[in-house]
Amino acid sequence: MDGMALSRRGLIQAGGGLVIAFAAAGPKPAAAWTEKPVALEQVDSFLAIGADGRITVYVGKVDLGTGVRTGFAQIAAEELEVPLDRVAVVEGDTALTPDQGPTYGSLSIQIGGVQLRQAAATARAALVAEAARRVGLPAEALRAESGAVVAPDGRRLAYAELVGGKAFSLAVDPGATIKPPEQRRIVGRPVPRVDIPDKVFGRFRYVHDLKVPGMLHGRAVRPPAMGATAEAVDEASVAGIPGIVKVVHEKGFVGVVAETEWAAIRAQQALKVRWSAWAGLPDQAKLWEHVRATPVGQRQVTSEKGDPAAAIQGAARRLSASYDFAIHTHGSMGPSCAVAEFKDGRLTSWSASQATHNLRKQLAMMLGLPVEQVRCIYLEGAGCYGRNGHEDAAADAALLARAVGRPVRVQWMRAEEHGWDPKGPPTLIDLRAGLDAQGKVVGWESEAYIPKGAGGNVDLVAADLAGLPKESLLSPGNIVHNLAQPYALPAVRTVCHRLETTPFRPSWIRTPGRMQNTYANEAFLDELAAAAGADPIEYRLSVLDDPRGREVLERVARLANWQTRPSPRRDQTGEVLRGRGVTYVKYELVRTYVAGVAEVEVNRRSGDIRVTRFFCAHDCGQVINPDAVKAQIEGNVVSTVSRTLLEELTFDRSTVTSLDWAGYRTIAFPQVPEIVIELIDRPADRPWGAGEPAAAVVPSAVSNAVFDATGVRLRSVPFTPAKVRAALQGA
Amino acid sequence: MSQTVARTVAMTVNGRAVSVTVDDPAMPLLYALRNDLGLTGPHYGCGLGQCGACTVHVDGAAMRSCLLPVGELAGKQVTTLEGLGTPDRPHPVQAAFIAEQAVQCGYCANGMIMESAAFLARTPKPSEAQVREALANNICRCGTQPRVVRAVLRAASQA
Repeated sequence: MDGMALSRRGLIQAGGGLVIAFAAAGPKPAAAWTEKPVALEQVDSFLAIGADGRITVYVGKVDLGTGVRTGFAQIAAEELEVPLDRVAVVEGDTALTPDQGPTYGSLSIQIGGVQLRQAAATARAALVAEAARRVGLPAEALRAESGAVVAPDGRRLAYAELVGGKAFSLAVDPGATIKPPEQRRIVGRPVPRVDIPDKVFGRFRYVHDLKVPGMLHGRAVRPPAMGATAEAVDEASVAGIPGIVKVVHEKGFVGVVAETEWAAIRAQQALKVRWSAWAGLPDQAKLWEHVRATPVGQRQVTSEKGDPAAAIQGAARRLSASYDFAIHTHGSMGPSCAVAEFKDGRLTSWSASQATHNLRKQLAMMLGLPVEQVRCIYLEGAGCYGRNGHEDAAADAALLARAVGRPVRVQWMRAEEHGWDPKGPPTLIDLRAGLDAQGKVVGWESEAYIPKGAGGNVDLVAADLAGLPKESLLSPGNIVHNLAQPYALPAVRTVCHRLETTPFRPSWIRTPGRMQNTYANEAFLDELAAAAGADPIEYRLSVLDDPRGREVLERVARLANWQTRPSPRRDQTGEVLRGRGVTYVKYELVRTYVAGVAEVEVNRRSGDIRVTRFFCAHDCGQVINPDAVKAQIEGNVVSTVSRTLLEELTFDRSTVTSLDWAGYRTIAFPQVPEIVIELIDRPADRPWGAGEPAAAVVPSAVSNAVFDATGVRLRSVPFTPAKVRAALQGA
Repeated sequence: MSQTVARTVAMTVNGRAVSVTVDDPAMPLLYALRNDLGLTGPHYGCGLGQCGACTVHVDGAAMRSCLLPVGELAGKQVTTLEGLGTPDRPHPVQAAFIAEQAVQCGYCANGMIMESAAFLARTPKPSEAQVREALANNICRCGTQPRVVRAVLRAASQA
């Protein structure tokens, strides 16, 4: 109860008021650019109660369009016992919010929300304690209600009166009591999102809409070959465009700055640059040979049990297959945008970065500034499903702003976004298994060929092109997860060959690695079930001990009206064949459980696949906002059907060639499946993430459904009509 | 140094007579709306007419403002998302988008709403398949399509 003792002391020392923030925040680095406490262990880092009784929540996790802002407001309102509309949320400002890590990995509620909840519970206890002191009653006799502490005789001490405008100056108490499920009124309810009205009336302010006094417009001029250097820049080629302020040239980084956005765009198009030749990309037609030939930096065994090689060798039946998954782009709806301003030697950067605290370090490194001289502020941009181009636009804006000495706004054009955002790397997985005479798995081996690195910083394009300091890491995300099996198999070995290089600057895109690995595992498992003549769900249940895993599979079977039988169907004639396929995942083998069933129609003449319906049973523990979780599941399904059927980066030896929405096809309304969701809410449990896990089950569910319909196995994402036709002809 | 002569284009935007002075009449309407008139409802998505994020109504028809040279807008009636409805007087499509919570990041929502409003004006009682076809050239990357379809059908049923 150290935290409570500390909280009482903090309140008592204030003598009826509370100590103000800056006096009590403790020593801080001399030059730290913070405007309030931001340390993770302090209540004031997460919460402030104004003199008007309004609550401001400060979170390092940001709303990337997911609705998590509303979730944070719900969590704070619930624990503080205030109406939801009294809560405002500030996100991702390095001077104002705690560093809760990047907004990735489906951790915003699981980590960020739980930290906020503990801070709010601590604050509520402190408010009750302070009220108890004032009325001379034990805290147990009082209760918090609608923004006040209420005494048994009906006296109300408003939060504003207790602490309004002052700081709490107390540590987050890890033992502070969270409201029990039966007392919750806001959490667990499908409250409408706070941002949607402004978004539908054109009143929401995206980073793209920010205007700073004196702001100019910049555009980078990218090399036509990705590794080329600018040998000569002809500034006279844009001199005739009214409003040109400056042409900036630093090695491979070239940019223009103008008084108006249109002048900057015209200059970007018109600037004549002599670029060096560069052709360092592999031949796309031989991508998988290239991946296999790439030097391996590390062999990472992610699970090992028994002697699978010997078991497979001695098995009654041996199967093997290779699965590949194409290079994907993020393809954000709104090209990346940022504004940078230097003032008194300090840089302020506004962007839609999912990781402003990390971006601050990267910009400081690139510019040779102390980290304390950089402030990064999050403003919402177009939906972000991983590390896309936002940080790179921030770097472009910073370099251009430094060059002209005025604030500069940069927005990428469509071709820059498709060409220069970091890519989801190509993934290749070999699998082998042995079955006994009854069709049971006796051994399982898999080998993934994926780039080295984890979820660190992705180097900034501008730093790379301009030859400025950068970390020079590969950071594809934690892509080794879910290669290990969730099933109780007698002998298993899963290995990741971590490659030294990959053709494009990699990063994480929604469900990185977990999607590709689950796809290979669950499609190959389906091959084994078919070889065993078993129903795909019964086959999975026969090797699945985890009760929560069994529950999502059993529920999705009921939801989809699953008919127990082996695949393929083999009872259909005609041009269009129908099938169903299942997939199960336990995310990273430690959290959210999902089972999905895809229903497909395959046109055997055209090769077109249509996912008609997708069923999903989903258990992410405690649900904060069920409608928001459903929206995330819908988004996961739609975007992953798009990735599975359509999406594929194309490139020549010098650069990306899929530079618009015609070259990089994505799902259109007529192709969107009907989605049926069953949420399992466990209000007494901890909340887990929902932004990614459902995406993991989609590609293999589709592959399995196509197999059920046609008897043909698809092992190369995307499942294009040409691949389907070729597979059918080869069958 | 200027090779072009500034030119003023007079048009009606959201019911209000406005004039925009441009040095390049080929500049797309989108930039005049966002930067000169402060109407940031329409968004730049692709500049190619492929995604729909910039959609506005010109004389009642849904058009891609990223492709319309502002010089050709003289005398036209332009409506943006801000002019379609307000919180006090929402257009039925806007009200339906809120009711269905048919928004995630919302960057595409401008185009979804403007395209749907123009579509419902000429097809008041559409089938679900017609709604999907009407929006076939509007892209969403968050995956709001199922809710968008529900919202448009809701708006149609309540019009």
